[in-house]
Amino acid sequence: MQVFDLGSNPLRELNATLQAQNSNTNQINWEVQNPRGRHAIAVGLDAPIEVRVKGSTGYYLGGMNQKAQITVDGSVGPGVAENMMSGTVIVEGDASQYAGATGHGGLLVIKGNASSRCGISMKGIDIVVFGDVGHMSAFMAQSGNLVVCGDAGDALGDSLYEASLFVRGSVKSLGADCMEKEMREEHLDILSNLLKVSGSKAKAEEFRRYGSARKLYNFNIDNAY
Amino acid sequence: MCGIVGLFLKDQSLAPNLGSMLTNMLITMTERGPDSAGIAIYDSTSNANLKLTVQSSNPEVDFGLIKNNLSIMIESSVSVEIKDTHAVLKLPREKITLAREALAKLCPGVRVMSVGEKVEIFKEVGLPREVADRFSISKMSGSHGIGHTRMATESAVTTMGAHPFSTGQDQCLVHNGSLSNHNSLRRKLKRQGVLIETENDTEVGAAYLSYKMQQGSTLKEALESCLKDLDGFFTFVVGTKDGFGVVRDPIACKPAIMAETDQYVAFGSEYRALVDLPKIEDAKVWEPEPATVYFWSH
Repeated sequence: MQVFDLGSNPLRELNATLQAQNSNTNQINWEVQNPRGRHAIAVGLDAPIEVRVKGSTGYYLGGMNQKAQITVDGSVGPGVAENMMSGTVIVEGDASQYAGATGHGGLLVIKGNASSRCGISMKGIDIVVFGDVGHMSAFMAQSGNLVVCGDAGDALGDSLYEASLFVRGSVKSLGADCMEKEMREEHLDILSNLLKVSGSKAKAEEFRRYGSARKLYNFNIDNAY
Repeated sequence: MCGIVGLFLKDQSLAPNLGSMLTNMLITMTERGPDSAGIAIYDSTSNANLKLTVQSSNPEVDFGLIKNNLSIMIESSVSVEIKDTHAVLKLPREKITLAREALAKLCPGVRVMSVGEKVEIFKEVGLPREVADRFSISKMSGSHGIGHTRMATESAVTTMGAHPFSTGQDQCLVHNGSLSNHNSLRRKLKRQGVLIETENDTEVGAAYLSYKMQQGSTLKEALESCLKDLDGFFTFVVGTKDGFGVVRDPIACKPAIMAETDQYVAFGSEYRALVDLPKIEDAKVWEPEPATVYFWSH
């Protein structure tokens, strides 16, 4: 295992080193020590390596990730896994606002709670939160799945496009054009699989599904150019 | 952007370290706002006299005038402790109005930073480390304090535009965000006789809170009414004689994180500001909820 101590080495060196790994690397296990809330740790990775961050981080952990599996033994600041393309980011603690924002793919697992705007403008990423999510989560979400094992805050799924939202607990309020939808077999399959791969013990049958009512301006063909 | 830190001690054995802890927290937030910085420190001992913290851009002349004349003008003893561009004047409580009038005559360029039994506010243009060093903040002890490093958006980069803002005895406010209705609210408050000295949005927020409390609101009630009467973005941290409060607007896009142990309650714009606090690894760490008032007092 490769160990990188941010207490004695610069962050840029860490990111440059991790970004230099390719699919053929034999250095597949990395441990990052002393993150101390720093921003932009392990961003822009593009190789199937495993990175474990030993402590809490600041903004944008694992941003733009492709292929790598990044685990944080702590909590993360705003914008974790922002614009992730593929791979996995696992947060053992809580996540601040806009977790998984604009993510195109991959899996983001938050084992604690996520704050406001979780999954804002998500474009294909799967996000599983073991706890609660804050207000305006999945705002303008376009594709992918947001799974909330706890409760959701105000205005869930406001101005939603085609992402699927699954919530086990209560939803404080639904945003504009978001509605509860029937949970069919294919949704249960997707949900069971996401719960399984993320390590949640929750049962798919305990969830409700929410999606777009497709009534907003852009869903009306008469408004098309 | 702006960076805010706050520290409220539950364990008074940490009091001698308050200034140094708060200074280190604020330096960590330097990148969030390099324009100006300020710190409010609340004394942990009780004082019979009031403290008037003043600032001058010409301290040799102005503070000399104060030393030689103020005590004669108000017919009372005044102690003057000079710290760079600031001076802390200690004088009997009942002389405060007289002293402010005398100061305005004696040296009109002197600005009042704070008035109170416990609070002292030091703020200047510059980076947190420089500002803290100028006033030897890290040597100060106290029961609680708040600090701010500013990235100016609403008004000029000046000493008076720096935070914390104090508009009432032992009250102060720091702000990350921007208020949209500060002009109309300033006019309303001025009509009620409230003194507002700058074009800064945060000063209006501070004056609003002080006004509400003058009208009989508790700090908690005043902070709750902010949610109704203030339009815009805000994460506020406020200090009072014996307490420390936090409130965020309902959208809550300005970051905030808190940590609590048996020894302290700490606030930071980012977790980075908190990492050197004692036993932070065992602290309860959380984000304050939007539109929710938090308050701790001794």
